[in-house]
Amino acid sequence: MTTSVVDHPAVAAGLSRQQLLEIYYYLILTRSLEERLVNLYRQGKVVGGLYRSLGQEGESVASAYALDAGDMLSPLIRNLGSMLVKGAKPIEVLRQYMAKETSPTGGREMNLHFNDFDLGYLGQISPLGDMIPVMAGICLSFKMRGESRVGLVYIGDGGCSTGTFHEGVNFAAVLCLPLVVIVEHNRYAYSTPTARQCRTQRLADKAYAYGIPGVTVDGNDVLAVYETTKEAVERARAGGGVTLIEVLTYRRKGHAEHDDQRYQPDAEIAEWAENNDPVRRYADQLLENGWASRDELDEIVERVDQELERIVNDCENDPAPASDEKALEQVTAFPAQADGLWFRRLDA
Amino acid sequence: MPEITYLEALRQGMFEEMERDESVFMLGEDIGRYGGAFKVTDGFQDRFGEARVIDTPISEAAIVGAAAGAAHMGLRPIAEMQFMDFVACAYDILTNYVATARYRAGLSTPIVVRGPSGGYVRGGPFHSQNPEAGFFHTPGLKLVCPATARDAKGLIKSAIRDDDPVLYFEHKFLYRRIKEDLSDTEEILTPIGKARIAREGTDLSIVTWSAMVWKALDAAEQIEREDGASIEVLDLRTLLPMDDEAVTATVRKTNKLLIVHEDTRTGGVAGEITARINENAFEWLDGPIMRVTAHDTPIPYAPTLEDYVLPQTADIVKSARWLLAY
Repeated sequence: MTTSVVDHPAVAAGLSRQQLLEIYYYLILTRSLEERLVNLYRQGKVVGGLYRSLGQEGESVASAYALDAGDMLSPLIRNLGSMLVKGAKPIEVLRQYMAKETSPTGGREMNLHFNDFDLGYLGQISPLGDMIPVMAGICLSFKMRGESRVGLVYIGDGGCSTGTFHEGVNFAAVLCLPLVVIVEHNRYAYSTPTARQCRTQRLADKAYAYGIPGVTVDGNDVLAVYETTKEAVERARAGGGVTLIEVLTYRRKGHAEHDDQRYQPDAEIAEWAENNDPVRRYADQLLENGWASRDELDEIVERVDQELERIVNDCENDPAPASDEKALEQVTAFPAQADGLWFRRLDA
Repeated sequence: MPEITYLEALRQGMFEEMERDESVFMLGEDIGRYGGAFKVTDGFQDRFGEARVIDTPISEAAIVGAAAGAAHMGLRPIAEMQFMDFVACAYDILTNYVATARYRAGLSTPIVVRGPSGGYVRGGPFHSQNPEAGFFHTPGLKLVCPATARDAKGLIKSAIRDDDPVLYFEHKFLYRRIKEDLSDTEEILTPIGKARIAREGTDLSIVTWSAMVWKALDAAEQIEREDGASIEVLDLRTLLPMDDEAVTATVRKTNKLLIVHEDTRTGGVAGEITARINENAFEWLDGPIMRVTAHDTPIPYAPTLEDYVLPQTADIVKSARWLLAY
């Protein structure tokens, strides 16, 4: 992204004005892209469910922004912002959600479940917690090769209850791997409140059991998340091992678009929407401190809108993958299962 | 040529691959200084260092998951399960993550998950299992089960070089009981997906793998000696991808098929082989496809109980005679 303003180094949190505006761009891009997806969902063009990150875009964007180009992250379903920061293209996300042949996975996988190792992100799978040991292995490769690279993996308040969360964090801690674990405490795992996941009040306290630093940060304070993550990333890069960061936030939409949220009090949702929206808080912070002008922020919103309008038009009519034998390819590299094309015998 | 054990052949295979390719490394429980519960990795840490022979917490899911992550980055990890019974703890990672990675995400995951399986060692319910059927059902995995020292070496080397995830089921009963003259200069690479005729025969085929190959050979010799019938023994060596061609060929040759496996009966691999022969070579059969397997129980501890539950040579002889007479 480029801006027309003259850049000044390090006006806040070690970030230049240009970087502060870039973060705002990613926040708006995340929110607007999801709004476009809602429209497509309502038109029946999204195949399957739609998962929103409304109200928690701040921590996704800010934490990913703390990584360097060579670092890798593994997002969860509500980390669209993290993937966009890492370079995932909005059109790829649209194509994934619409199960297009042109999508990064050719329609084999859904929504945010796709990778780009060059850009530095590894798509999640649905069983929660599994990406922690996998990212530990990626960090192990960094360490074995003496590369100055760091991994970042996300988990939610619900995902912390899984065995793979425990095994993965403990494994990475014992091997002193360069991994940052972000626990997104958004209060609900599908319908289950955190009190039904664990007795721990602060999820960061779990770090104590692994002998690693654990910190809690206001997840809707973009710059606080950035600074906290940055510190953990640099500690990991310097050989200091794993840090667990609990980001306090709130899931304002249901688990997925179909979810009626009957378990979330209306007043609770309204309170977070009105008084603790990460995007609005960040915009206010930029304006109040004179780090950006209203015109600059409006220009970003306008630019994102135009960008998304174009790409929705570009991909809406892309073809679905063909319903043929190509669906059977690349289960393994070689050889294919000899019995895999058994049905051809019926045509003989 | 020096005579070496199945276990030593496995060790040599891994040692050679680690010497050849520095991207190969090991991780597992007690594999480093201690050398592993069965001493399969004894001396590896001295030779290759702690960075390439990594002792881990008791965390099978993390061991396999971390192996997968490292493999995505171009390394070739060998993950040891201290006993293959415990691979169940990594079932989710193996089936949901590893096995699907190439198909859903185009990711190469060249990992080997290996460890001792099998009974006849009085190991009780949790140190005797043959969990291959639990993974046989999962597209995206390869399963190998060596019976000979040569294949123990040749299959581990091929598994390490394979670009797909391979589960390597070694048999702990064979570790030190099977010995073979193996050249230490020849490069032994057993192809994955290719069966081996362990014994030529004309009257009946026994399709089997791992430790059961030796019991099948004993049974075949006894029947030839006592009945004069000629039995072919096909050692599958690889369960996934299965060598359908070899199984079909032996059925077309002898027209009678007995499948022998040490794993329990219901939902075992023998059922799938039966189905495939039914579809591929129905008209070549001169009798029903029969199975000799473990009974459908956990593996009991007491020698008398274990011997009753697991298949024995006498069980194979009995079924083979029944089928020969059909």
